[in-house]
Amino acid sequence: MTLTLDAPRIVETRPLLEVHGVSKAYGPVQAVRNVSAHAYPGEVLGIVGESGSGKSTLLRMMNLEEIPEDGSYTLDLPDVSGNLFELDRFARRMLCATKIGIVYQNPHLGLLMKHSSSGNVAERLLVAGERSFATLRAAATEALDASEFPLDRLDAPPIELSGGMQQRVQLAKAIALEPALLLLDEPTTGLDVSVQALVLDTLKRLQQDRHITMVIVSHDLGVIRTLADRVMVMRRGEVVETGLADQIFQDPQHPYTQQLVHAKL
Amino acid sequence: MTVLDIQGLTKGFSLHHLAKDIPAFEDISFRVAAGEFVLLKGANGAGKSTLLRTLYRSYLPLSGEIRFHSSHGLIDLARAADVDVAHLRRTEIGFVTQFLTARPRVSAEAIVAEPLRLAGWEPEAALDAARKALATFGVKPDLWAAYPTTFSGGEQQKVNLARALILPQKLLMLDEPTASLDANARAALVARLQELKDQGTAMIGVFHHPDDVMHLIDRVVDLTPDAAPQEERDDVAL
Repeated sequence: MTLTLDAPRIVETRPLLEVHGVSKAYGPVQAVRNVSAHAYPGEVLGIVGESGSGKSTLLRMMNLEEIPEDGSYTLDLPDVSGNLFELDRFARRMLCATKIGIVYQNPHLGLLMKHSSSGNVAERLLVAGERSFATLRAAATEALDASEFPLDRLDAPPIELSGGMQQRVQLAKAIALEPALLLLDEPTTGLDVSVQALVLDTLKRLQQDRHITMVIVSHDLGVIRTLADRVMVMRRGEVVETGLADQIFQDPQHPYTQQLVHAKL
Repeated sequence: MTVLDIQGLTKGFSLHHLAKDIPAFEDISFRVAAGEFVLLKGANGAGKSTLLRTLYRSYLPLSGEIRFHSSHGLIDLARAADVDVAHLRRTEIGFVTQFLTARPRVSAEAIVAEPLRLAGWEPEAALDAARKALATFGVKPDLWAAYPTTFSGGEQQKVNLARALILPQKLLMLDEPTASLDANARAALVARLQELKDQGTAMIGVFHHPDDVMHLIDRVVDLTPDAAPQEERDDVAL
């Protein structure tokens, strides 16, 4: 038995992101069951859980790729209001292009592998309505530079790049329009440990310099520990525990979280 | 002026895979005033480090109150929302451990400057202050831009202290900060603690060898329970 926590009293800003009571089933499989989550401006929310816990489905809902059967989603931003799940397809696409950036574990999901890297980043700006070639090129270069992508490879297509570099292109694309929200789905899984460290460091730097609100999904507790301020633990489509990152790792309350933390090398 | 008022604080750990409840400390009450230095005493396993971590909310207490007089008013840290605790850690509550959490590819000066950046300082001003702090603790200028992941234990600890003590806090927890320090760095630490104390920082510390800080100590709180001595359990949650 532990104490029930109070509502925030010092921090008076509203969460930037609020997801409330979302559920999603694929046939007989209940992927996400009545999940709520929030992230404050500038906060990094980590979501951990094993495969099939529903964490990636939840992230895709936050990117409006999946629309749940129930529940609501709000972003506290100027010109954004109401339940975002109710937007039509066009409004959804516009909102995602301008306010939300996403990095997938699999670069094929986020990039056109045979187009140039700078073109991949510029595409995002095109969707948002930018038409000047010079502006596109400059903005793409700036975003790639911020993601620590080597600028002498601007025109190389992602298919010719290493995994770490592909993730940087995805990241550049995600941040090109200075999104309010950055979603990361296993951004370092499958990369070499040294490359993983570089990507994590880039993310940390971006977060500190730009105060982007981030939601990061990973089964790698080390990644979550490095980046997240707050952690949400999911299992079988439900949230079993949330807390400050250090508390979740040092004093996990739920039996499943204890098992997860103890299993880490 | 009271900064912290701890009332009936109790902490234990439920280890589900062992189906076991392990008590850490029970019904602790004491107060700490601004500028006061409280030394926690007690045998290994009396729960000294556990108490510090509970006050910082790395551990969740089972019952009791941790009434902190923040600049936003009185708040019970035992029940405060996570986001409020995170805010207070960036602005008013510090924790000094004996280990540096070095991140790959982050320089010593950047690590030390980070708390200032999080508190809203401009990058250049933060870096300046960080370099001064590193110099105070005796880290050579050659190392400031290097990555501490490769430093020796002693050098890492200097970076750690420079970082942990750079931002004056209202409340500071100290968990064995003198471990693995050379004499000069120890002297720098004691001088910095004195400075913070004079500025009104309330401190609660655990020291295996409190000789260095003897003249700073205003009060000793003994956590030794009345019961028979208990097993070592500082790291039980990990």
